[in-house]
Amino acid sequence: MILIDRNTRVLVQGITGREGSFHTRQMLDYGTKVVAGVTPGKGGQEVHGVPVYNSVKEALKEHEIDASIIFVPAFAAADAALEAAHAGIPLVVLITEGIPTLDMVQAVKEIKDLGIRLIGGNCPGLISAEESKIGIMPGHVFKRGKVGIISRSGTLTYEAAAALSDAGLGTTTTVGIGGDPIIGTTFKDLLPLFNEDPETEAVVVIGEIGGSDEEEAAAWIKEHMKKPVVAFISGRSAPKGKRMGHAGAIIMGDVGTPESKVKAFQEAGVPIAETIDEIVELVKKELG
Amino acid sequence: MKLHEYQAKEILAKYGIPVPPGKVAFTPEEAREIAREVGKTVVIKAQVHVGGRGKAGGVKLAKTPAEAEEVAKKILGMNIKGLTVKKVLVAEAADIAKEYYAGLILDRSSQRVVMMVSREGGVDIEEVARENPEAIVKYPIDPHKGLRPFEARQIVIDAGLEGNLNKLADVLVKLYKAYVGVDAFLAEINPLVVTKDGEIVAVDAKIDLDDNALFRHPDLAKLREVEAEHPLELEAQNYGFAYVKLDGNIGILGNGAGLVMYTLDLVNRVGGKPANFLDIGGGAKADVVYNALKLLSKDPDVKGIFINIFGGITRADEVAKGVIKALEEGIVKVPIVMRVAGTAEEEAKKLLEGKPVYMYPTSIEAAKAIVAMVEGKK
Repeated sequence: MILIDRNTRVLVQGITGREGSFHTRQMLDYGTKVVAGVTPGKGGQEVHGVPVYNSVKEALKEHEIDASIIFVPAFAAADAALEAAHAGIPLVVLITEGIPTLDMVQAVKEIKDLGIRLIGGNCPGLISAEESKIGIMPGHVFKRGKVGIISRSGTLTYEAAAALSDAGLGTTTTVGIGGDPIIGTTFKDLLPLFNEDPETEAVVVIGEIGGSDEEEAAAWIKEHMKKPVVAFISGRSAPKGKRMGHAGAIIMGDVGTPESKVKAFQEAGVPIAETIDEIVELVKKELG
Repeated sequence: MKLHEYQAKEILAKYGIPVPPGKVAFTPEEAREIAREVGKTVVIKAQVHVGGRGKAGGVKLAKTPAEAEEVAKKILGMNIKGLTVKKVLVAEAADIAKEYYAGLILDRSSQRVVMMVSREGGVDIEEVARENPEAIVKYPIDPHKGLRPFEARQIVIDAGLEGNLNKLADVLVKLYKAYVGVDAFLAEINPLVVTKDGEIVAVDAKIDLDDNALFRHPDLAKLREVEAEHPLELEAQNYGFAYVKLDGNIGILGNGAGLVMYTLDLVNRVGGKPANFLDIGGGAKADVVYNALKLLSKDPDVKGIFINIFGGITRADEVAKGVIKALEEGIVKVPIVMRVAGTAEEEAKKLLEGKPVYMYPTSIEAAKAIVAMVEGKK
């Protein structure tokens, strides 16, 4: 597995809000080590037994923290990510949807310059099966196994994980990288980690229309990847210029078309599944 | 959100970029009055949210106020690619010596806003990018430093623009300030004109705003035009749904953008045509599903509905309750095909037992079924 395991100590930013509180409960139930929460102005409270602080720095005085998950509303979300990064938390997971794009352009650069890994925004987070969940996915569909998943979509990831689990293949770590045009971590940033992870035997990449992250991932796979990769692309029938739910799922001119993504994966020798069920078949075939 | 040319120019003018004097007119009489105020030859331009206005006859010159009235009368009410022209921009016609291009776009690969400048203005920039890519200078901007004058001057020099270097660079610096100031997704001046007197003017402009940032620009959010979008898309917005009207006859409803896109793909693959994209989002309760079905039922194109749910945070039984409420109230009059899996799948199936809903175990079987039903009903 990569990035997180049962020992990862987690901070929840925006813990007193509806989403933050709900998912803190869910994460605790999964076994995630949630050690502290932050909501500015609500320091001193407790949420599901987790102490709340006014700032990330304040939380760090009392706890050792390896990762932060952010449920702060869109207008303040990029600021919250910057707070975590400047406090030196090495992994920041930004769940919030609808963050102003220019906020993300600034924050992503600044956070990268600090050497911090940002996942999201507009993402479901990540999960190492039966170890730790720093996200909002339904934990029970992820059975421990040998396939890593990287995805731009939420629900489709759960489907793929459930199908892989039902087939007895199971998953190692699953990372939802987010559906926005500007995100902290892309496919090609995570492929090297799975490539070196002894538990992961194959990787499933769930892409969609818009941007060129899939093409860049394909180029990396062609050069460096030692393990089999299976790809899936959603939105293949979407009309040009229309935003399909995700802010990033839009074909602009000739960029972001499914044809270009299919071609890039084919050139990298990566089989493309046409349906979710076919993902399982292809992974089985690749693993022999 | 797209802005009209005249709205984009108002923003540019506010940031100090010269634009031709003019105003928007809703009637031929107003067009005449504006032409009289301008006192020179004017150009009258249809203000609609589609490209290719010029080719469609929506852009014309007028030498006198009387001619302006006559031309405006022809353009107002004109139908351009399905949209009725309700207003025209009446502006001084520039005395063009050179036509350039200057634009800012969000580049996802470099994760920066990129300034693009070209000597080849006045034409479609995507065409230039295809046929003569070296004619475009691209400059990624540091989001913390902005575009500084020395950088802008170098862009002007590298692009080979002729004219007053400082004034041209100043337009680029101000264009970036405007882009950031209004939270744009795209801002372009095409053509950026150097007149025969050496003046620099933004003769046409386009600005698309970032919907995610509209909350901090309430003045701009008000410019959203009801008639410019499909009425069902506006209603969906009020419900908080991600909805896109498409041109087929199968209503699609699902949870999660990726799953809905996948569902559209499957329907297309088995020979059907989706009528819409509709994502009810995560954690939807029964009333959300009920509202979504109400919305789909208002679309006369919809001849059948395919509900595809993978329960995660969303509970499948909540979805089932919403469907049952819509059925009991007689809101849905077309066949419903459903596929539910994941959280509370069994509870959902039990609730739906004996209801007039066709259940299928997999997405692909459900897709085939709804296509067969809709096609059979023709």
